[in-house]
Amino acid sequence: MDLTRRRVTGALAALPLLPALGACAPRGDAGLTVWAMGNEAASLPDVLKDMKRPAGAPRVTIQPLPWTAAHEKLLTGFAGGSLPVIGQVGNSWIAEMAAIGAIAPVPAAVHGLLDDQFAAVVDTNRIAGQVWGIPWYVDTRLQYYRRDLFARAGYAAPPSDWAEWKRALRKVKATAGNGNYAALLPVNEYEQLTTLALSAGARLLRDDGGRGAFSDPEFKAALAFYKSLFDEGLAPIVSSAQISNVWNEFARGYFSLFLSGPWTIGDLGTRLAPAMQDKWGTAPNPGPAGIGSAAPGGSSLVVFADHRGNRAAWDLIARLLTPDAQLHFNALTGDLPARRSVWARAGLATDPVVAPFATQLDHATALPKVPEWERIVTEMQIVAERMVRGQYGVDEAAREIDVRADRLLEKRRWMLDKGRAL
Amino acid sequence: MTGLRRTEEARAGWAMTGPALAAILVFFVLPAAASLFLSFTDFDIYALADIGNLRFVGLQNYQRLVENPLFWKAMTNTLLFVAIGTPFVVLLSLFAAMLVNSRWLRWRPVWRVALFAPYVTTLVATAVVWRYLLHTRYGLVNYLLSLFGIAPIDWLGSPTASLPAILLFVGWKTFGYNMIIFLAALQTVPRELDEAARIDGAGWLARLRHVTLPAIAPTVLLVSVLTVAAMFQLFAEPYVMTQGGPAQSTVTILYFMYEEGFKWWNLGSGAAVAFLLFLCILAVTLVQLRLAKRGGAI
Repeated sequence: MDLTRRRVTGALAALPLLPALGACAPRGDAGLTVWAMGNEAASLPDVLKDMKRPAGAPRVTIQPLPWTAAHEKLLTGFAGGSLPVIGQVGNSWIAEMAAIGAIAPVPAAVHGLLDDQFAAVVDTNRIAGQVWGIPWYVDTRLQYYRRDLFARAGYAAPPSDWAEWKRALRKVKATAGNGNYAALLPVNEYEQLTTLALSAGARLLRDDGGRGAFSDPEFKAALAFYKSLFDEGLAPIVSSAQISNVWNEFARGYFSLFLSGPWTIGDLGTRLAPAMQDKWGTAPNPGPAGIGSAAPGGSSLVVFADHRGNRAAWDLIARLLTPDAQLHFNALTGDLPARRSVWARAGLATDPVVAPFATQLDHATALPKVPEWERIVTEMQIVAERMVRGQYGVDEAAREIDVRADRLLEKRRWMLDKGRAL
Repeated sequence: MTGLRRTEEARAGWAMTGPALAAILVFFVLPAAASLFLSFTDFDIYALADIGNLRFVGLQNYQRLVENPLFWKAMTNTLLFVAIGTPFVVLLSLFAAMLVNSRWLRWRPVWRVALFAPYVTTLVATAVVWRYLLHTRYGLVNYLLSLFGIAPIDWLGSPTASLPAILLFVGWKTFGYNMIIFLAALQTVPRELDEAARIDGAGWLARLRHVTLPAIAPTVLLVSVLTVAAMFQLFAEPYVMTQGGPAQSTVTILYFMYEEGFKWWNLGSGAAVAFLLFLCILAVTLVQLRLAKRGGAI
C-alpha cells in the first residue's frame, strides 16, 4: 500500500476518533472516588496515608473541586449521573441535595458517628426525620473585636445582650475618632442580618418551609435592631466590595468589630503586624437577652444515592471521623473538628481565640432546610440594603421580604400539596 | 429529457446538502425548538429529580424576567458592551488590517502572525495575564498611566472601570480574527483606483473614504454583524475576569442566563433568557441589513 497524501490525510482525520476506543477497555476495579473541595481536598491524601484500613479495602481516589464551582459541579454531576461514591458537601447544600434525591440517608449502623457532635450542626443535616450527612468539620460566624479599642471605651469584651452591646458600640464609636465606626456590617452580605434574626429567635419560614415568616415580631425586632445600627451611625453603609482589605481597615480602626468565621483567625495571624496580634479577640454573638445565636456551617461527608449500600464507603467515612483522623485533619487544615472530644485533645477548647466558637456552636440554630433558602436570603438582603438606604421602613421591608420569599417558595408549596417535598 | 435532468439534479442537490441540513436540524433546529418549549415550563431542581414535577407555566418565566431588576441590569450592561464594543473592535481591526496591508511595512508576515496570535491563544491563560496587567498596584496598564500622571485605577474592582477593562481585553482578544477578514477584503481593492485617486490629488483620508471603504463595505457589514453577535454573547471574559462583579457591573445577559440555568438550576427561566437574547440579536442584525441595503453595501 502506497502512502499517498490522501491516505495520510484520511488517517490524520480519523485520529480524533481514537479516544472512543477507550470505551473498549475493561472497567477498572470499583475504587472509591471522593469529591472534596479546596483546602480539604489538598489535605485528604495525607490523612489517608496515615490511616489504617482493612486489607483489600478499595483504592481511594480524591478528586479536588474548587469551592467556587463545587455547588454547580454537584448539581451537574447529579444531572449527568456522574456523581462519585463519597462527597464533601457544604452543610447548607444538604437540603437541596436531599430534596432532589442525590444523596443517601445515613444508615442506622453508623449513627454512632453523630454522637459527640454539636447538636445544631447535626440538626442542619436532619431532614424529614433522617440524617443525610456526617458533619466532618464545623464553623460558624461570631464577632471579631479590637480588644484595645473596646478597653479604651471601658469594656473588656463586647457585652452579650443587645441593649448593653449597642451602648458599648456607641462608646467605641465616640472614642474611635472622626470618620471611624464601631462595627462593620457590609450591606450586601446576608450573614449579619441572619445572625441577628437567629439570635432574636426568628423562625424565618413557616408552614413547613412553604411561606416566609419575616413579618413575625422576632424577625422584625432583628430587622429594626439592624437598621438602628446604621441609623445611629455605628456601622458604615458600605458593601464588602468597597472595603478592599478588611484586615487593614480593622487594624487601622475604621471599625472595631466585625462578624466572620474561623478562617479569619489564620488571616488575621498572617496579615496583621506582630504588634497587633494581642489587640484582637473573638466573642460569641450578642442576643436580645444574653448570648445570641448563629448559623452552623462547615461541611459534611455524604454517600451519593447510587451507592447507598456501599459498605466500604461508610467504613471510610467512619475512619475519617475517628478522633485521630480528626486531630490530624485539624493540624493540616486548621478546620474546626466536628467531634467535641477532639477539641480538648487539639487544645482548641483552651485557646482563647478558638474557644468562643465552641460556645457559639452550642448556641447555634439550624437555618430553614429548604433548597430555595440561598435565593431567599439573597432577596432578603437586597430588601434590607434598600431599607438601610432609606427606601423602606421596618414593617414595609418585612412585608416585602415575605412577598419575595413566597414567590420563590411557590413551587415548594405545590410540591408540599402533592406530598412530593421532603 | 430536460425535466428528467432537472429532477436528477435536484436529487443530487438534496443528497449533497442532506448531511449539512441534517446536522443543522439535529444540532440547531431541534435544540432551539426544545429550548423554546423549555422556556414555557418551570424546569428546576425538583424537575431534575423527577420529571413529573415539571409544570407548564405559559409566559410566567418571561413575565418574571421583565420584573427582575438584575435582568435589566444585565440587559443594560450587554447593550453597553454592544454599543461601545462593536465600533471599538471594528475600528481596531480595520486599523490593524490597514497597517499590515500597507506596502511600507517590513516583515509583514511577522506582524500578521503577532497580531493574530491573541485570537488563537487560550482565553483563560490570557485572562490570567490581563488580570496582572490590570492589577491596581503592580499592573503595567496603571504604570503606563502613571507616566502621564494619572492616578491608579482599580480596573477590576470598581463598578465604573470594570466594563472598560473587560472591553479592552475583549478588543485585544478578538480583533485579530476580524483583521484577517478585513485584510482579505483590502487586498481585493484595485490598486489602480487608489493610485488614480492619488494622482488626482486625494489625501490619505479622502482615499480611505472614497476608494477603500466603498470597496470593502460588504466586509465592514459582515464584520459588524459578527461583532454585534459576539458582543451580545459575551460570557467567558466576565466569567474568568470578574465573575460578574463588582456590584454586578459586568453581568452580561449570557452570564445572567448561566446563573439562572446552572447556578440556580432554573432551566425554564434560563431558556426564556436565551430566547429573548435570540430575538435581540435577530432584531439588531435585521436593522443592520436594512441599513446596509439602503447604503448600497449589498
